[in-house]
Amino acid sequence: MNQTYDNIPQEKFEFAQLNDTLHDKKLETKSRGYFADALIRFKKNKSSIVAAYIILFLVLFAIFAPIISPYSVYDTDTTYQKFAPFVESIANKGWGFLDGSKTLSSQSENQIKFYEGIAEETGKNPIIKIDYENPKITTTIIRGKKVQIKSYPININSYYAVGVVFKNISYEEFAKIQEFQNISGLQVLYPYTEKSSIYEGMDPAKYKDIPDNSNVWYVCSDTKGTPKLDSNGNFIPAYSTDAKKAGPAEYATYTSQRIAGDDGSYIYSWGKSGSLSVRVEYYNYYQYMQWAKTGTYHPPLYMFGTSENGTDLFCAIGAGARFSLIFALLVSVINLTIGAIYGAIQGYYGGYVDLAMDRVTDILSEVPFVVVTTLFQLHLAQRVGSVVSFLFAFVLTGWIGMAALTRKQFYRFKSQEFVYAAKTLGASDWRLMFKHIFPNSLGTIVTSCALVIPSVISSETSLTYLGIVNLKSFAGTSIGALLSEGQTAITSAPHAMLFPSLFISLLLISFNLFGNGLRDAFNPTTRGMED
Amino acid sequence: MTKYILQRILLMLMTLLIITCMCFILIRMLPLPELPIGDPRSVVIEKQREAFGYNKPYLVQFGIFLKNVFTKFNWGISDKLYFGQNVADIFVQKLPATIIVNLYSIILSIPLGIMLGIFAALKKNTWIDHTISTLTMVVISVPSFVYAFLIQYILCFKLGWFPLLMNSGTNYFSWDMFLSMVPAVLSLSFGVIAGFTRTTRAELTEVLTSEFMLLARTKGLTRRQATIRHALKNCMVVILPSIFGEFIGIMGGSLIIERIFSIPGVGALYLNSINAPDYNMFLLITVFYCVIGLLASIIVDISYGFIDPRIRMGSRK
Repeated sequence: MNQTYDNIPQEKFEFAQLNDTLHDKKLETKSRGYFADALIRFKKNKSSIVAAYIILFLVLFAIFAPIISPYSVYDTDTTYQKFAPFVESIANKGWGFLDGSKTLSSQSENQIKFYEGIAEETGKNPIIKIDYENPKITTTIIRGKKVQIKSYPININSYYAVGVVFKNISYEEFAKIQEFQNISGLQVLYPYTEKSSIYEGMDPAKYKDIPDNSNVWYVCSDTKGTPKLDSNGNFIPAYSTDAKKAGPAEYATYTSQRIAGDDGSYIYSWGKSGSLSVRVEYYNYYQYMQWAKTGTYHPPLYMFGTSENGTDLFCAIGAGARFSLIFALLVSVINLTIGAIYGAIQGYYGGYVDLAMDRVTDILSEVPFVVVTTLFQLHLAQRVGSVVSFLFAFVLTGWIGMAALTRKQFYRFKSQEFVYAAKTLGASDWRLMFKHIFPNSLGTIVTSCALVIPSVISSETSLTYLGIVNLKSFAGTSIGALLSEGQTAITSAPHAMLFPSLFISLLLISFNLFGNGLRDAFNPTTRGMED
Repeated sequence: MTKYILQRILLMLMTLLIITCMCFILIRMLPLPELPIGDPRSVVIEKQREAFGYNKPYLVQFGIFLKNVFTKFNWGISDKLYFGQNVADIFVQKLPATIIVNLYSIILSIPLGIMLGIFAALKKNTWIDHTISTLTMVVISVPSFVYAFLIQYILCFKLGWFPLLMNSGTNYFSWDMFLSMVPAVLSLSFGVIAGFTRTTRAELTEVLTSEFMLLARTKGLTRRQATIRHALKNCMVVILPSIFGEFIGIMGGSLIIERIFSIPGVGALYLNSINAPDYNMFLLITVFYCVIGLLASIIVDISYGFIDPRIRMGSRK
């Protein structure tokens, strides 16, 4: 039987079945790949789709909020701190939101008059609502007589309620503000007031020690600031007309627009040595400051209110979220790569390699994360910056979960026929690992990525909240830092806590929903169950 | 089984030793805080530092440290935060606040969580189940400071039921103190309740569909009997170990909740020791956190063996 078949003549070949019909049919349905199949199942999961859209929206918010906002994260304001959300055009419509509203409990009629005084002088009414229905009645004894004092809870617009403030400015600035007034038509400078005319007819010794209140511009009948009203019930202005006190004549000339009712005699500054003291309406002065800095001006626009140091929360949340998202993405990419390679080696080689590498992960995974972060911050933050050392802390232990997952997948696939087939054909270890086995476990890995991101964001927020990591110098702010600032003023400015926590909750809930949806879609055991 | 436990404990001790050594060296490498000149206690601390071998090689220092800890339970002297006082004493003083708050929270939340989980599993795929599952998902995703904020704002500030912060002092069992702990306890509970609800629901739904449940019903048990006698028993195999783990974990406490409600506990001490910086205190709490984590995981593992006869048999092989 030792025949050699080197040379078989062509005519000896014949067709096996030329005239027979084939009985197996070509598949009529379209074949579906793993990913296409997962996509179809993912689309059936309504809540995950909604979550995906919310994530998209939040990501867009993070990208565009700092661009839309007229402020940057580094813009601070010394007066508008912890103020409620405010947009001028909406506030003036009185819809009850975005009006910088703040509730003050038990304000006496005198205090209400004070706000009315601000309204009359500046033309911007700070009083939104006075609750006359629920007065608080306190009885006190004045000069042996029982007197009932009523006070009311009122809602004021915190931005308008600032009213007029005293400022010490240089001569140049005085001229510049006048220039701004001429351009914009906004009244920044208000006539100066004099104590002797406010407390008209009283003994100077009595009012000597009362601190100046920039918003008292009317004649008062007592030292408590009760306004003296004329026969029509109007305030009587107490503006100074003594031109000598306005400051050096060559610097302190006032040529710009004057307030209504000014016959040209009111003075708009008060000479101090080398500078001028002025009364400026803060709302317009704020716009002047912007004009001086950037050349454009607009009224305060704080859609989410302001933070503890007067930063626009709308912009700050956007900037913090931007950092969080990029950071989380970076961390998960690095961790997935390291974890996948580590797990692949562990799972593919098994045996002693697996055992030794397992001990390493055992030890690393037992170090509490907060300790790792703290140690990295203490050691490396000075040298490489807090963000990089924070990243290291996440990378040090973050990949372990991923490695365990990959290892499990490798154990599952490495003894399957297609791997043996490839091995028989002479594929190298590396090729077997990453060309043949790894793509099979890709689904699990992609899914876990979607669940790693929210967990990274969550820990990042917690650690910045605790102040263990400070990202101020790098990202300007972070959601955690905003939350911790908001926490200190939870009773007076709940909005500073509300918006960041709303954002972070929404982000984490939707990421988790999305991740769970992905996991179910990629999980082959649930395949066909919902059909 | 004994062999397995011994093996686990030895492994745990080894891990702990390695972690402690790493942390110790990393902490000792940091520059020491300056001592106030002229304070008589500075001299004592200087002497202490010398006795602890601060200028010797790190491994020698580690040896001295271990010797002091094991023979005298001496963890060093606080050189910043509680100037001149023994670190371990301060730590022991702070422990009760953390433990009590967390204990109240798990006493409240574990039964509630398991009950909700059972309820959801029994009513599977009804609106009750969907509501519970969705809420669980939401609560698990949202970080704890968000509920703390809601509780503090609504219950403490708007309604005025509880004080905003926990009372200071050490009178832990007075009514006032209890009242001031409630917001913190509630904030801690949400996460635990959600965790137990999810585990219980997942386990129980799986057990309820298994074949022995069908057998139990066929032999004439009512659904109630079958659930209580067979299904619950089986799902406890998973739940009980996590209860043990939770009980160990309460000592660690929560950094965030302790900060929000100013609980004078271990978490607050940890943050203060970082900010001070007070490295001896920091090292003690670091080791403490490691021990808690290791203990919890080992107890969970071992209790599986005790509770589930199938696992016990498996380990004998």
